[in-house]
Amino acid sequence: MSNLTQLTLKDAVDGLKSKQFSSTELTDAFIGAIETANPALNAYVETTFDKARAQAAASDAKLAKGEGGRLEGAPLGIKDLYCTAGVRTTACSGILSNFVPTYESTVTQNLWDDGAVMLGKLNMDEFAMGSSNETSHWGPVTNPWKSRGSNAALTPGGSSGGSASAVAADLCLAATASDTGGSIRQPAAFTGTVGIKPTYGRCSRYGMVAFASSLDQAGPITKTVADSAILLQSMCSHDAKDSTSLTVPVPDFASFVGKSVKGLRIGVPDEYRLDGIPAEIDALWEQGIAWLKDAGAEIVKISLPHTKYALPCYYIIAPAEASSNLARYDGMRYGHRTADGTALTDVYELSRSEGFGKEVKRRIMIGTYVLSAGFYDAYYVKALKVRRRIAEDFLNAWNSCDVILTPATPSAAFELGDQAKAADPVAMYLNDVFTVTTNLAGLPGMSVPAGLDSQGLPLGLQVIGKALDEGTVFAVGAALEQAAGFSAKPSKWW
Amino acid sequence: MAIDVATVKKVASLSRLREPEDRLQALSGELSGILGWIEQLNEVDVAGVEPMTTAVEQPTPLRDDVVSDGDKVAQIVANAPKTAEGFFIVPKVVE
Repeated sequence: MSNLTQLTLKDAVDGLKSKQFSSTELTDAFIGAIETANPALNAYVETTFDKARAQAAASDAKLAKGEGGRLEGAPLGIKDLYCTAGVRTTACSGILSNFVPTYESTVTQNLWDDGAVMLGKLNMDEFAMGSSNETSHWGPVTNPWKSRGSNAALTPGGSSGGSASAVAADLCLAATASDTGGSIRQPAAFTGTVGIKPTYGRCSRYGMVAFASSLDQAGPITKTVADSAILLQSMCSHDAKDSTSLTVPVPDFASFVGKSVKGLRIGVPDEYRLDGIPAEIDALWEQGIAWLKDAGAEIVKISLPHTKYALPCYYIIAPAEASSNLARYDGMRYGHRTADGTALTDVYELSRSEGFGKEVKRRIMIGTYVLSAGFYDAYYVKALKVRRRIAEDFLNAWNSCDVILTPATPSAAFELGDQAKAADPVAMYLNDVFTVTTNLAGLPGMSVPAGLDSQGLPLGLQVIGKALDEGTVFAVGAALEQAAGFSAKPSKWW
Repeated sequence: MAIDVATVKKVASLSRLREPEDRLQALSGELSGILGWIEQLNEVDVAGVEPMTTAVEQPTPLRDDVVSDGDKVAQIVANAPKTAEGFFIVPKVVE
């Protein structure tokens, strides 16, 4: 088989089980693809090919005996946010540039327990703070997609830009990612891939480098909705090492893929029609509504009145939690320590200022400011109260609908080095305008590729579900996927 | 709210960050811009609303108060910039 790297995760796992090809062949095909593409795309910041070959050989031995887990022999990419024992994990920050964990994150351990093969660590925005992958210590990722008739390098989005780019360019079957304000769904939308952030607490955060603990959640980026169901199934588990890990059973997500959406009530929130959004985004949304109507769903107008306050609310809560979480990087126990200075405070300040990038420092300072004496109630406590208002909006909406359909992003992928966004942090933050509400409310949200814009770039639709109701999100996501028939791939220019 | 250069310096110090002088003016503009944009939250009526600190509605789990892990000195100091005999070497803390 010549196109092994183009297989979906589902087809690859089935092919391995039925011995159409071996994990070693599949793994070697991906290694070849990464060696060719990575100098151009910069999706991987660390490759683990020796480990991958050893894991593949072990999987082949199991598969030969008719044994193996649900991901047996499947080569995956891992976002550099997940601690991997013995494999450098940097969260793409200079301050962790030499960090080699001595333990494994729960999510990745679940994948290895199910037989997956690790190809390497995927690029991301530093500490997951960014929407274009340009804050990475290791340089930006390039989107495999290009605008029609242009050679300009585009962003794959962020923060899970490496994950999205690697999946779109067939450099892994599927990838882990993480989402604090949209970091799975926005890059998935920018690259024609599927990404889901499950309900907060579904996946253990143990061993994930922390950004904003009450918002961070793991999830997959994959080629299809069915693949997302398979990978998310493995990633989810109850874990005593994470006090916010849910003790509820994990349903069989794949059983919802292909389920009829007939009779489901699809909420369409008025507040997501924003001024200044390209007409193509609105048109795609209307198309999505029409598809679900054709499939027998009922369309319901809903109101989420506090939507416009979600981003400013997030930009208090997330930096506040980040300033606290990132206090651990002090140059003492691990991470970068300055070569200058001998007094304690000098060493703290210089180590941190040398190790952190510009955006991370900006957010630490915002967080410190809103938590500081005199401003704590006016900013931080106020934001926590607005957060509840936003969560209540959704609770009210569920009285009249089962699931919500919105655009995933306010634009298609933009150029790397976009000057307007570089000069104005708030302009960059607006990328998450449609995704951030679900993080604040803790709800599951999926981005599904639904079409191309006039420049030939992918656009996504977002499906938001009730807490713990990923099943309905998978059913609706699969219905959209089927109706859209999205099969476009970026042309291989690398 | 405008964040002047003196406030930037104070916040940097509270954050244990040391920004070069030539960056302070720019930071003052960037932070003022972000906080100015955040001010729109004042439009929201939050009278009687409880702060929402978590999206998980389950009680904090408790475990038995017993030793569950340990004897990992080598792993704990494995990534330290400076160590000696299983200890972290840090700058002088007490004069």
